[in-house]
Amino acid sequence: MGTFEAGTSQLLALAVAVPILGACLMVAVTRLARLVADSVATAVAVAVAVIDGWVLVHTGAGRVVLWHGGWLPVRGFSVGVSFVGDQFGAGLALLVAVLMAAALLYSWRYFEAVEAHYHALMLLFLAGMQGFALSGDLFDMFVFFELMGAVAYALTAFKIEDASALQGGLSFAIMNSLGAYFALFGVGLVYARTGQLGLPELNRALVGHRPDALLVAAFVLVSCGFLVKAAMVPFHFWLADAHAVAPSSVCVLFSGVMVELGLYGFVRVYLVVFRPVLPGPDITRAFVVLGAITAVVGAVMCFGQRHIKRLLAYSTIGHVGLFLMALSVLSPDGVGGAAVYAVGHAGAKGALFLLGGILLNRYGSVDELELFGRGRRHRWTGVAFVVGALALAGLPPFGTALGKSMAEESLASAGYGWAPALFVAVSAVTGAAVLRAGLRVFFGVGPPPLGSGSGATPGTEEPDVEGRLTRVPLTMAAAIAALFGVALVGGVWRLVPDAVDRGAQRFADGTGYAAQALAHVPAGPTRALPGGWWGVEGVALSLASVALAVVLALGAIYLSRLPDAVRAWGRRLQPGYRVLRRLHSGHIGDYVAWFMAGLAGVAALVGFPLR
Amino acid sequence: MTRRARFSLFLAGASCFAVLLVLAVLGLPGFGTTRHQYRDHAVAAAIGHGTANVVSAVNFDQRGIDTLGEESILLGSVVGAAALLRPARREQDHAPAGGGSVLEATRLAGYVVLAVTLLLGIDLIAHGHLTPGGGFQGGVVLATGLHLLYVAGRYPALARLRPLASFEVGEGLGAAAFAGLGVAGMAVAGSFLANVLPSGSFGDLLSAGSVPLLNVAVGVEVACGTVILLAKFLEQAITITGP
Amino acid sequence: MRYYAFFVAGWLLLIGCLGIVRSRNLVHAVAALSVCQSGTYVLLLAVGFQWKAVAPVFGNTLPTNTPVVDPVVQAMTLTDVVVGATVTALLLAMAVQIAKRQRTVDPDELSALEG
Repeated sequence: MGTFEAGTSQLLALAVAVPILGACLMVAVTRLARLVADSVATAVAVAVAVIDGWVLVHTGAGRVVLWHGGWLPVRGFSVGVSFVGDQFGAGLALLVAVLMAAALLYSWRYFEAVEAHYHALMLLFLAGMQGFALSGDLFDMFVFFELMGAVAYALTAFKIEDASALQGGLSFAIMNSLGAYFALFGVGLVYARTGQLGLPELNRALVGHRPDALLVAAFVLVSCGFLVKAAMVPFHFWLADAHAVAPSSVCVLFSGVMVELGLYGFVRVYLVVFRPVLPGPDITRAFVVLGAITAVVGAVMCFGQRHIKRLLAYSTIGHVGLFLMALSVLSPDGVGGAAVYAVGHAGAKGALFLLGGILLNRYGSVDELELFGRGRRHRWTGVAFVVGALALAGLPPFGTALGKSMAEESLASAGYGWAPALFVAVSAVTGAAVLRAGLRVFFGVGPPPLGSGSGATPGTEEPDVEGRLTRVPLTMAAAIAALFGVALVGGVWRLVPDAVDRGAQRFADGTGYAAQALAHVPAGPTRALPGGWWGVEGVALSLASVALAVVLALGAIYLSRLPDAVRAWGRRLQPGYRVLRRLHSGHIGDYVAWFMAGLAGVAALVGFPLR
Repeated sequence: MTRRARFSLFLAGASCFAVLLVLAVLGLPGFGTTRHQYRDHAVAAAIGHGTANVVSAVNFDQRGIDTLGEESILLGSVVGAAALLRPARREQDHAPAGGGSVLEATRLAGYVVLAVTLLLGIDLIAHGHLTPGGGFQGGVVLATGLHLLYVAGRYPALARLRPLASFEVGEGLGAAAFAGLGVAGMAVAGSFLANVLPSGSFGDLLSAGSVPLLNVAVGVEVACGTVILLAKFLEQAITITGP
Repeated sequence: MRYYAFFVAGWLLLIGCLGIVRSRNLVHAVAALSVCQSGTYVLLLAVGFQWKAVAPVFGNTLPTNTPVVDPVVQAMTLTDVVVGATVTALLLAMAVQIAKRQRTVDPDELSALEG
């Protein structure tokens, strides 16, 4: 290991230390000028992105391993904590930094920042997410998980004049903290069995163990803890509440990367720690089913919303279900497809949240019905919103479409022939809901909708800025453009899906992870996989999703003009939909009861085949 | 859902999960087992670096990055709570009313115990690498000890001796000192949070390398942060009035 | 006796959740969350215990080859306590503000987010 490699591995520590030092600066210098706070915070985010990019370039040759404090492993054991940056970890960290830079750019100058507290919280959020993505130790992952969480709770409830913001923050905080404590319980159980905390050491320690109740319980606890963050059904109730009320720039990070980090943590821990013990096919079956349920619930709830940010939040839940299905296949194609899809989704969803924020700051509302036709003056914002909606539905050449086709192919070849149809349906329904909202608000399409009475949460919310904004500032427009760039890059620049494919092969190799971290065994070579680019079938399915989305959106808008047969069919679905709607009550007791039921359900799905 | 439905759902899930937990616990090594592999290595490493308090060695020397994360959580939570407890747009933060009187004896007892508590806190922080204690524990003792001025005295007395801006600076500097020591370790020894200072002899005040310095940094940060946290809660109760 | 401490840890975890489910007051719910967390403390410390071993603090009087309990779980518990205290502070701050905005802290009566 030459000095150059040693230098690169230290960068992993800087990815966490630099944002923390930035946050300390924000706190220590009271009466910081607004321009200084904005510039320093954005510069820190850009610097972290550069660091992550540099590390990512070096991961092509192999994983970048750092043992903190110089506690190098001796005979396969170390008392210290490792950071292991492979393509997926470093790539996810880079995506986090890029989204953070866009979010900070968006909140430049106009955002109500309460004396740089907002900037300090955002930089600590960045540090927490970097640490979680790069960490190679179970307890260290828990600590950074709590760092991301604690700061996110404060950012969600930031607009204290808004009662719903506080309630959303409280639900978010109690659910995610509960998940973290259950995960820690699982970590304790694994530690009791093996005496290890590091992921590489655990991989070695669990080889040859039988999957008894202790290891099953530990897996279920740690996974469900991370899956609460990932908002899998039935742990998902907090997400819509939190997204609906958090400031728009913060929502970009929540939907774009924070939720995906939960999925990443879950899959990483399974592939490195539990794969030797718990066989793959059972896990695949269990989580493909749970992912499908999540996708359907997200899509159905999404379509009935009138609060634009809540609508986008449910669409995130729908997409998370699709990502989970693709990840559960546990093969490099599925994992790679999910990653490309997630990058495209982060860009498109982030841009949509920022556009929703523009509406909020201009009109003081994000209610689709209340804002009907009022956005007609903002031609370009409307066009951007519609393009974002189509990107969510899977419009080529966006990265979402490419990722979707890769994921569909991998699921179909794994034996789930119904999966492509589900992918088309879910992405069409969520895209249709966003498209419907965009057409109504920005173009005034269709008859003016009737009043409320539907029981959905109305779109009243406190704006993010002081006073109303009359024009869209350059910084906000630039941030939105940057996010559209992120959405496009996966589908347009061939290097990205190729790198993701190779990264997926390394990601799936848990034994190699342990060997490289503990014994400097160089990582194995990766091959170029077939099917990692646009194909005829993939493009056809994507265009079908977009067409279906347009049809559904127009159908919803012109509901009164549809033939009676169609409307009768819709009426038959109403009672079931209303039950589902009522389950999302906003009551924390309900959420915890569902958490417990879900925990038991996952335990049954994973444990029973092993009896 | 109705209360009944909620409880039944919870009970169903919890009873199934409890069965799994019971089976899992039966697979644990019994309470009080002698096999602790990580402990053996951790104790050896701590003695090698001259740290008498092995828990401090694990926290600040061996698994220092976890402690960096933990003190960032503290920083983030204090900043977050300060942001959440700010006066809302239609509220006002005014000076506390004078009112009430305190017995002379109570005030004297408060001052005496205050001095003792502050000394105790400083002792806990300074000897964190030798005896049970450390930056976190000592910092909390210091911060809550300061509030004896409020408990045995009056709120204006506390407010006078507690310039919040200075405490915010202290908190930021404490946290930055920890991360800065980590970066210094990187510059000197090539590894983040490496223990680069001389280990000294076992049991001395100046031993264990950079662990005492990290303890002081954490102690300053925790003390200042806890004072700010308590200040914001007290302000909500005492000085902020609604519209 | 071999497993009693671990059963206590599991019980605390589940009873804390029950507290949140049946809670009629947000402050009570936050306290129940702390009970859940205490379950994790008990588990960690119980895992690290050894009969006839002393606290892992050596000094001039304790020879360095004396058996000590596991210091790693104690360090983990210390971290856990700090994390829990800070999250509780944030939750209580939110509860204080909710009480001011909605004039109630009963979860049954908080209705800002439905559907």
